[in-house]
Amino acid sequence: MTFPSSTATDAAAESADTAGSAGSGTAAVVGRSPGQLMWRRFRRDKTGVISAIIVLAFFAIALLAPVISALYGKDPYTTYGQNQPGLLNEYGYPIAPNGGISGEFWFGLEPGLGRDVFMQLVYGIRTSLSIAVIVTVITTVIGVVMGLTSGYLGGKTDYVIGRIIDTLLAFPSQLFLIVFLPVVEAAIVLPEEETPVWLRYVSICVVLTVLGWATIARLLRSQVLSLRTREFVEAARVTGASPARIIFKELLPNLWTPIIIQSTLALPLYVGSEAGLGFLGVGMTEPTPDWGRMFQVGVNVYHSDVTYLLFPGVSMLIFVVAFNLLGDSIRDAFDPKTKR
Amino acid sequence: MTGFLVRRVAGALVILLIISAVTFYLFYAIPRDPARAFCGKICQPETLALIRHNLGMDEPLFVQYWHWLTGIVAGRDFVQFGECPAPCLGYSFATQEPVFGAIVDRFPVTLSLTVGASVVILAFGIVTGMIAAWKVGQPLDKIASASSVIGASLQIYFVGPLLAFYLVDTLQLIPRPSYVPITESPVEWFTHLMLPWVVLSIIFTANYTRMTRSQMVEQLAEDYVRTARAKGMSNRTVFFRFAWRGAMIPIVTIFGVDLAVLLGGAIITEQTFSLHGIGELAVRAVQNTDLPMLLGVTIVGATAIVVLNIVVDVLYAFIDPRVRLS
Repeated sequence: MTFPSSTATDAAAESADTAGSAGSGTAAVVGRSPGQLMWRRFRRDKTGVISAIIVLAFFAIALLAPVISALYGKDPYTTYGQNQPGLLNEYGYPIAPNGGISGEFWFGLEPGLGRDVFMQLVYGIRTSLSIAVIVTVITTVIGVVMGLTSGYLGGKTDYVIGRIIDTLLAFPSQLFLIVFLPVVEAAIVLPEEETPVWLRYVSICVVLTVLGWATIARLLRSQVLSLRTREFVEAARVTGASPARIIFKELLPNLWTPIIIQSTLALPLYVGSEAGLGFLGVGMTEPTPDWGRMFQVGVNVYHSDVTYLLFPGVSMLIFVVAFNLLGDSIRDAFDPKTKR
Repeated sequence: MTGFLVRRVAGALVILLIISAVTFYLFYAIPRDPARAFCGKICQPETLALIRHNLGMDEPLFVQYWHWLTGIVAGRDFVQFGECPAPCLGYSFATQEPVFGAIVDRFPVTLSLTVGASVVILAFGIVTGMIAAWKVGQPLDKIASASSVIGASLQIYFVGPLLAFYLVDTLQLIPRPSYVPITESPVEWFTHLMLPWVVLSIIFTANYTRMTRSQMVEQLAEDYVRTARAKGMSNRTVFFRFAWRGAMIPIVTIFGVDLAVLLGGAIITEQTFSLHGIGELAVRAVQNTDLPMLLGVTIVGATAIVVLNIVVDVLYAFIDPRVRLS
């Protein structure tokens, strides 16, 4: 998490119009930037700190997956259950109780292929989190640019962008996601060829991005509309500042709070969407480990082996709850006045 | 009122035209040839040309789109593949049937699912939200808030099978989810869809609890509520006659927006419980790269959302007397 340090510098620019709280104090009073104040508020929030630790742990697991794999001594691709006799029964279900949990296979075995569930889960975090992070970053950038342009320029530009946003937001995105995924792929791959893994990865990111940027763009547009009439923007315009300078130096510093809040809200949603695609059978393909596909297998085997479903389900629940609570805490830390 | 409806419907038609044109172009501009897929592995050039001709694929893209549009009104005839009667949204090569017929067959499933879930969401979400607002700050309010955080973080494809395992397989409290037409047996229709309704509504209900609560708290601080209290109206009258009505307006707005998300949730719910609805049809079409079917499903989905949004706008006028439809 880099936001405390990065916002400290960005928000320092902001302190110009929130003067009084920082900088201008006498020698006896230690000045603090809004970023430092935010960080102090955040540290006092127990729920926030605990959620932040959980979220960081998930990111650490995703980054350290190869290390964990080496220490644990297994990988997510080997079909242990099929290679070693006595692990899966004739129907492909683990023989040991609770989905085959044992000292050797901590979270049990995957029914059918007999891969290690713990390794699937650890590497699955990589897939889900990396897609979610990439999409969050790109949608945020596009959304910020579109929202700022639309709100600041107004007129025809605003009208066109506004209609595109309305249309994107009004339509069933889950349906469009699965409908446009094959289109994106078919545009590049010939029907006879097998879709390469990287391409599926890229097309998932592209489709999620195209359907995702509108939310943040709409939010920023409305924020800009109210900001652009404020005195400090008018002052900048009167003194002859270029539109680029006004957008980046005057408007943007005031928008970091909604941008960060909105992206913390969006990230868990993208984790869910990516898994949803995998669950519907249009997400990441075998053999790339993916949580969504674990759910897909889980739904097919839950009558006989409900344990398999519990691991991705509970992990995802913990991650999303922790991330949502973290988002709430960040919002409180940035803006202590608003009551939820 | 009539003027409003005419304008909204005209606007909706324009949006649908744009969507269908964009989708059509995207689908048919890609180098994936449905005719070749239909023709099979050993394909004579003449056969391919004939199939192309019969499907109208040997013409320029905009002519094809025009045929597709006129087909909706007049129907089309795909010589060797069969008739496609009046509201013709195209012909599916993969399943060899008119797209519209396939969608109509599955429509009741998705409709039952989403309407039932909407009732659960609104009834349960609003009631718990009102209770929380009635008891602001008390344990009941805190429980409602906490459970809405967890509820909003749950996933359909996790809760669905889990509840099915415990309620259907282990405890055998309710029948396995499936679709029984309401005309056949209303009771079975209800009991067999109970679990899908609950699962689909879980993630939404939490949100509505939270929104209803905050809206009620806000409304109770308004001047008109104070006036009503000053006139000596009972707490109950103020709560259920006055504040409730004010709180419902934004809820209806947000529900109009959420309908699209709800439809997306229905796709996942159908897949979870193997209900043969439109969502399941779309997923199957994606797996077969059945473009005409996907186009049809997209347009029908978009139409449903557009129509429902108009309905929501009309509903406003009934809830909020200040709104004039003009």
